[in-house]
Amino acid sequence: MIVRIATEGQYRLSDDHAEELNRLDNAAVDAVEAGNETTFREVFDQMIEMVRRDGTLVDGDDLSSSDVIIPPSDLSMEEAQEEFSGEGLIPG
Amino acid sequence: MAGMSGRMSTVIKAKISKLLDRAEDPAETLDYSYQKQIELLQNVKKGVADVVTSKKRLQLQSNKLEQDVVKLDTQARQAMSQGREDLARMALERKSLIQTELQSLDQQVTELEAQQENLTENEKKLRRKIEAFRTKKEVVKAQYSAAEAQVQISEAATGVGEEMADVGLAMQRAVDKTEEMRARGAAVEELERAGTFEDLTQLGSGEDEIDRELKQLTTTSDVDAELAKMRAELGAGGGEQPAIEGGDK
Repeated sequence: MIVRIATEGQYRLSDDHAEELNRLDNAAVDAVEAGNETTFREVFDQMIEMVRRDGTLVDGDDLSSSDVIIPPSDLSMEEAQEEFSGEGLIPG
Repeated sequence: MAGMSGRMSTVIKAKISKLLDRAEDPAETLDYSYQKQIELLQNVKKGVADVVTSKKRLQLQSNKLEQDVVKLDTQARQAMSQGREDLARMALERKSLIQTELQSLDQQVTELEAQQENLTENEKKLRRKIEAFRTKKEVVKAQYSAAEAQVQISEAATGVGEEMADVGLAMQRAVDKTEEMRARGAAVEELERAGTFEDLTQLGSGEDEIDRELKQLTTTSDVDAELAKMRAELGAGGGEQPAIEGGDK
């Protein structure tokens, strides 16, 4: 599968990363909803780190679209709160 | 692919997809996308230029503040040697405040540099995808039937569209950061105006509003320590215990 870290680039990861990616993703949203910034940071960073570590950068000429797009790595807690409980990072 | 159920990525993906407006006719898609791509590239260039301007401005301010620090330090020493510990304290308090501001300015310059690099990198990537898109368009047209070509080109256009949306997002974030820092820059200008004294001795001992605020803002312990150090230096220079008026103030 192809995972994009927004504003950074696309990575190709094996499909068996999907479960872990989902788990971390949902845990990050739970932390945002609970207002727990420390956990959010921890989980979100873990997620980004996994994609960078286990993925390989997609070639620049490759025109495939991504299966998964995760937010920019410097996403702040405030932005996450807006994004996942309000108006959001990208105006709909 | 295994089912993706991550809530965060689902929201982001949906939003990115929404940003891609795709025409149905591949020929139209091509022309439209290409025109959009060029527009976006121009915007990104402008975005980079804005970031660079803001960065330069912050660097200028940073240089000015560094000069202020030196000036205030000299003034504090002069005041101290004239036995005016009260004035020396005021100068050091301002110096301490400016130093704090300097640290955050430097941090911001670093952040803007990162933004600039990221945008430039993004621009390069987009340019490359656009080129790949043009090439693919030609190859596909020559090699496939109209129906197949339509599917392939439409897929490629989606890929380029996603890249465009992503670059757009990177630019938005850079612009937001830059604006934040502009506001900050204005605040620093304010500080510059109030930051140094033209002539310390003309101030007398009267405290103004700024000084009262400064007293609350600055870390008194740092100032105290620095005053003590100056006192010791002056003491060592003068041989005898320095007779400083109001030293116990």
